[in-house]
Amino acid sequence: MNYKNILKADENNFKTYLSIGLLLIFISLLDVFLNSFFKINITSSLPGNFSLFSPLILGLIGLQLIRIEYSGIKYIDLLNKNINNNNFNALLTLLIIFCIFKAFPPALSWMILDANISGDTKDACTGTGACWTYIKVWLRRFMYGMYPNELHWRINSAFILVIGLGFAGYFFKDNLKKYLALYYVIIYPLIAFLVIYYLISGGSFGLTWVETGAWGGLSLTFIVSFFCLIFCFPLGMILALGRRSNLPTIRYISVGYIEFWRGVPLITVLFMSSVMFPMFLPQDFFMDKLVRVIIAITLFEGAYCAEVIRGGLQALPRGQYDAAKSLGMGYWKMHIFVILPQALKLVIPGICNTFLALVKDTPLIFVVGLSELAGMLALAKTNPKWLGFAMEGYVFAAIIFWIICYAMSKYSYNLEAKYKTER
Amino acid sequence: MSESIIEIKNVNKWFGDFQVLKDINLEVQAKQKIVVCGPSGSGKSTLIRCINRLEEHQQGNIIVDGNELDENTKNIEAIRAEVGMVFQQFNLFPHLSILDNCTLAPIWVKKMPKKDAEELAMQQLEKVQIADQAVKFPGQLSGGQQQRCAIARALCMQPKIMLFDEPTSALDPEMIKEVLDAMVNLANAGMTMIVVTHEMGFAKEVADEVIFMDEGMIVEKAKTKEFFDNPKSDRTKLFLSQIL
Repeated sequence: MNYKNILKADENNFKTYLSIGLLLIFISLLDVFLNSFFKINITSSLPGNFSLFSPLILGLIGLQLIRIEYSGIKYIDLLNKNINNNNFNALLTLLIIFCIFKAFPPALSWMILDANISGDTKDACTGTGACWTYIKVWLRRFMYGMYPNELHWRINSAFILVIGLGFAGYFFKDNLKKYLALYYVIIYPLIAFLVIYYLISGGSFGLTWVETGAWGGLSLTFIVSFFCLIFCFPLGMILALGRRSNLPTIRYISVGYIEFWRGVPLITVLFMSSVMFPMFLPQDFFMDKLVRVIIAITLFEGAYCAEVIRGGLQALPRGQYDAAKSLGMGYWKMHIFVILPQALKLVIPGICNTFLALVKDTPLIFVVGLSELAGMLALAKTNPKWLGFAMEGYVFAAIIFWIICYAMSKYSYNLEAKYKTER
Repeated sequence: MSESIIEIKNVNKWFGDFQVLKDINLEVQAKQKIVVCGPSGSGKSTLIRCINRLEEHQQGNIIVDGNELDENTKNIEAIRAEVGMVFQQFNLFPHLSILDNCTLAPIWVKKMPKKDAEELAMQQLEKVQIADQAVKFPGQLSGGQQQRCAIARALCMQPKIMLFDEPTSALDPEMIKEVLDAMVNLANAGMTMIVVTHEMGFAKEVADEVIFMDEGMIVEKAKTKEFFDNPKSDRTKLFLSQIL
């Protein structure tokens, strides 16, 4: 049995295998890299299709050569364990790396190298890449909608105030700490509403009235998401408790509510809120379109929140309920101090999921004539002076939404880590 | 004889079709210590859970400290506040520190000022010898320490009656003694106690009466010495021969 698989690395001369293997991998990666970034084909002398597949073959042989049970070199071991443990995984790894190399240069040149950002008109865009001038010119519209330019300070200062008030809870003294929940669930939303109503809407204190139809862009995304988030959470909590109540009436109302709202699409709810709902109201009664939309989304998302929170309530062992009851706590005390703090902690990932979905659902308010960020894009791309730049707009919106959503999910990870306790 | 603090008369209870309690009669005087034993599934846990109405009985009367327990009991929370309970699985609140576990109910149920509640909690924790663990969380403590904390938590409500539902069954053998010691101290201090346990050494040491239950019925009820020296029913004899 003199047969020996020369492709199989052995420990005695692993150094040789390692250096040859790494060299081959390096050559294969370099080939693809040069090919895609500088259009140089170093294997062009090879015949026909072999030139195309040579990096793949070289890379596979290279990875095969360095595959060994235990090498003692940390990075090689990591590589072998995770992405090079058999030929199929090695192939996948190489293909993914090649795809990234291939896709990166065109994306880079479209977004940055061949892109234009100078100038104020469409004529400034001469390159083959993206026309960021379009975004630059329309930026104020994308941020503030049709809100008058000279009044944008009102939106900015309202947002700064609301965010500032949101952080106020951190500075509460110890004797105020027990009112923290009360502050965030009731007082804060109220103040935030008043701030936004008086500052952005205006109409009093010498501020000119701006109707909600003119609001729009990213600031409207924020306003709608903000109010829906802070109102749908308590609503979901009450519904979740209601669904687990011992009283049949409350339980059936909660179940009926949740099943109804989960059964209809959000877009029809929004239509109803703007078209059907006013018909049921008395003639002289007027409710702003934006308020109706916020209420509709809140009622809708509340049902989803309820089911997520119910999952957390059901995950708690029965002993927690028994212990709280045996100490003489009534229903509300038991839930506020013992059950909900633990249940809500368990459902942070699920709640974050629901909230992310909510933020990304806000563009749907376009159907009732309100234009938040994505809605403004749809308006801008049909502007005769700026036809043909939809791509830039949607890439821009995707980046903005991604940043918002990523920040939210990062924050939820932080919360999870902060409230983690051993059982 | 002084007046009974707990009276249980002709109590029957079913889980679905299965009858867990059959015609239970029991009277407990103040400061009496009663140990309930019996094979698993005999209804002993259900019986003491009925005393603070964690389980509802369907027939008969249960009177605790002059208040009858039934659906109309508006003040069930007030009665529960007077009846402390310690569970097999400790059931501490994992999101609160040991001290907060002990002060939560006194502050919010009894409306005790926070400072007084903390003082009381530290006293009780001192008695069960875990005062030095007060700032830790339940998950950081051993089983025996958790169970002693659970005893302290129940005592912080200054109850008249303490119920123990197999308090040592979930513990490692070397931790059982520390919990039993805490219970013996409590018994010596004159608390009314009903203890469901298999620890016959504990029963011999502190119990005034021992009750043996099987299949939902009280098979035998006797003074401690008589129960162990001279059991009457064959079922009791068999049980004792297996457990001792």
